[in-house]
Amino acid sequence: MAVKNVLIAGVGGQGVILSSELLALAALADGQDIKQGEFHGVAQRGGAVFSHVRFGDRVHSPMSPRGKVDYLLALERLEALRYAHFVKRGGTVIVNDHRVEPVRMADTRPYPDEGNDFLQEKGFEVVVVPATQKAIELGNHRAANVILLGALANHLDIPIEVWEKTLVGRIPERLLELNQKAFAAGREMAERIST
Amino acid sequence: MSGNEAIAQGAWEAGVSFAAGYPGTPSTEVLESLATYDGVKAQWSTNEKVAFDEGMGAALGGIRTLVTMKHVGLNVAADPFMVFPYAGTNGGFVVLVADDPGMYSSQNEQDSRFFAKMGKVPLLEPTDAEEAREMMGAAYELSERFSSPVMFRTTTRLAHTRGIVDPGSRKEVSRKEFTPDATQYAIPVYARFRRPELEEKLNRLRTYAEEFPWNVVEEGDPKLGVVTHGIPYQYVKEAAPDATIFRLGMLYPLPEEKLREFCARFDTVFVVEESEGFIQQEMASLGIMNVVGKERFTNIGELSADIVAEGLTGTPVPQDFSNEIAVLPRPPKMCAGCPHSGTFSALRKLKVLVTGDIGCYTLGCLPPLSAIDTTFCMGASIGNASGFSIAGEERVVAVIGDSTFLHSGLPSLMSAVYNKTPTTMILLDNSTTGMTGHQEHPGTGHTLQQDAAPSIDFEALVRSIGVEHVTVMDPWELKNMRRAVKDALAHPGPAVVIARRACVLLPEEKARDRIPYRVDEETCIQCDYCYESGCPALVRGEYPWIREWECIGCDICAQLCPVDAILPVEPVTAAPTKEG
Repeated sequence: MAVKNVLIAGVGGQGVILSSELLALAALADGQDIKQGEFHGVAQRGGAVFSHVRFGDRVHSPMSPRGKVDYLLALERLEALRYAHFVKRGGTVIVNDHRVEPVRMADTRPYPDEGNDFLQEKGFEVVVVPATQKAIELGNHRAANVILLGALANHLDIPIEVWEKTLVGRIPERLLELNQKAFAAGREMAERIST
Repeated sequence: MSGNEAIAQGAWEAGVSFAAGYPGTPSTEVLESLATYDGVKAQWSTNEKVAFDEGMGAALGGIRTLVTMKHVGLNVAADPFMVFPYAGTNGGFVVLVADDPGMYSSQNEQDSRFFAKMGKVPLLEPTDAEEAREMMGAAYELSERFSSPVMFRTTTRLAHTRGIVDPGSRKEVSRKEFTPDATQYAIPVYARFRRPELEEKLNRLRTYAEEFPWNVVEEGDPKLGVVTHGIPYQYVKEAAPDATIFRLGMLYPLPEEKLREFCARFDTVFVVEESEGFIQQEMASLGIMNVVGKERFTNIGELSADIVAEGLTGTPVPQDFSNEIAVLPRPPKMCAGCPHSGTFSALRKLKVLVTGDIGCYTLGCLPPLSAIDTTFCMGASIGNASGFSIAGEERVVAVIGDSTFLHSGLPSLMSAVYNKTPTTMILLDNSTTGMTGHQEHPGTGHTLQQDAAPSIDFEALVRSIGVEHVTVMDPWELKNMRRAVKDALAHPGPAVVIARRACVLLPEEKARDRIPYRVDEETCIQCDYCYESGCPALVRGEYPWIREWECIGCDICAQLCPVDAILPVEPVTAAPTKEG
């Protein structure tokens, strides 16, 4: 199977690493070679965080080359813009409709609220999912990452049973039900948006 | 498994029974992971030199030993690193050094491979996690066969990449008896006799490099020859899958003859390596000149498959959209309720020069806190502050974390006491090593393997070395913090303020009940003072807005508010300490 490239991006603390681990574990359970390359270290502290997950027959580089990513999963709108150049022409950007104002250094331009339209104009397929809002409805804003993962699952060939087993295997029991609901909500929302 | 976990697995399989290190991204998880295996004593040492010295002793004592650190840690351990090869080892000794090209979590970009050459130490580097696991076994065989320490180098991308690993079983290695022999182990006296032997050993290692099983040629396109190593090998496979590749697993010394033969087959050979042109320079010194390397592949930051493709074929790398839309940078910031924010909020108003150190609190140099003026390396803050005050700067404060203070701050404070320098130091005691993810240290009361341990009493420690003015403060109490720092500055000799409050991310702190705060828009006068806390829970808008789920009720913003517009969301029975 040809290598599929997913890039997950967000703000430290949003669960980028956990969602990429879940994706990598699901791909692994589906019998594929995987590599997951991430940037962390200062990740818990509100900086930009990304993680590449690549799976298929044989994966070399842990990071996808620019212009080759099939799916960008952005947990925050500005982070979608930061990594969109990694996405292939016509590739898909699944973005959480959520804004986190960054710490201001030298750049005083206003937050780019028009980001999603910009990406659409660039020819990407943009799927906007109000994941954080939904997660708060489900009782925990932190579940936004798994909602987006549910939205991504609709686009991939990994069987749903594999995803379900992965969630059970990786998520601590007290948070399992929440995450299962979040995953299902993500799948359902993505379906509604695409139809 | 991540690369770091695979290295730990490989070390365990190789029969390692002692491991020591100091936390440092991207090396930290090796020791954390190894600590979970049976049959291994794994420990955090106070700094990398201490870890290296302990490791040397253990290896000389006859057991297989691993010492771990990041690149700047090797600078700290450079002293024993340079001398140990003169003696050679008894039990296998490997030092793992993790470089951080791209400086994801480091103060500099440093190619530690040059240390191997300078110390005449064999250097291995794997290309992925599974190879790292296997190569650890080879590293210990090599170390014992040549009686030499071995340097095992990784980079961030290898350390933090997860890949498929096929774990094996542990090789039981029995302890090798140590035979005392001063002519071999008392180096300063006998170094002159040992020196030629070191060259001889290096020559034997050169011969061995020719047969090292991870120096491999992968046949491909007879017109495209590439010499590469480590993670860049993966980028080459991606960018030019058909290339003929000489993949080096042993980077020092190089397999000279094999490289010469390989390069003779091509008009030009590409050397693809990250950071500096180490291999390229070595090849040049062997007289292999038909090589293109750093002319095409930058020595700044990380390489990637697309950067390698650009260098090999001229295909341009797609650029980001920052010229077309505001892709604002997003630097990390301190957490909501971080005790360091309290200290820095207090320092801001004092108009002092602040020398900083290495840890989460380094982020205090960023706006809006902008409270740190200098930061260089581990332990530097205190010596720097002393120097500034000797130069005539009157109001200087050094800020240093508890773990960093024990790592390399203490000798500088002793120097200040001894030389009667009026150095003021704030010990940011958050009871953990925060930046690298909560590692234990001699002040936490626990070891890496979770045994209870004596906990260093910082007040008694600094008093015992002769600091007369010592105060302990809660950094959430801004007014008291300010007063304590003022008093310390006024003291004629060295003075220490211990700002003590546990890191808010520690599990026991997270588990506490917190009452979040809110902004009363009726009272708010939009003065924006609260934003100076730099708190990530506080969102800028027409009126400030506090994200309740992030706020932990530290009350720092409320203390900055001149009109009491920031209040707890629920009425509380016992009023929290409020210092205006």
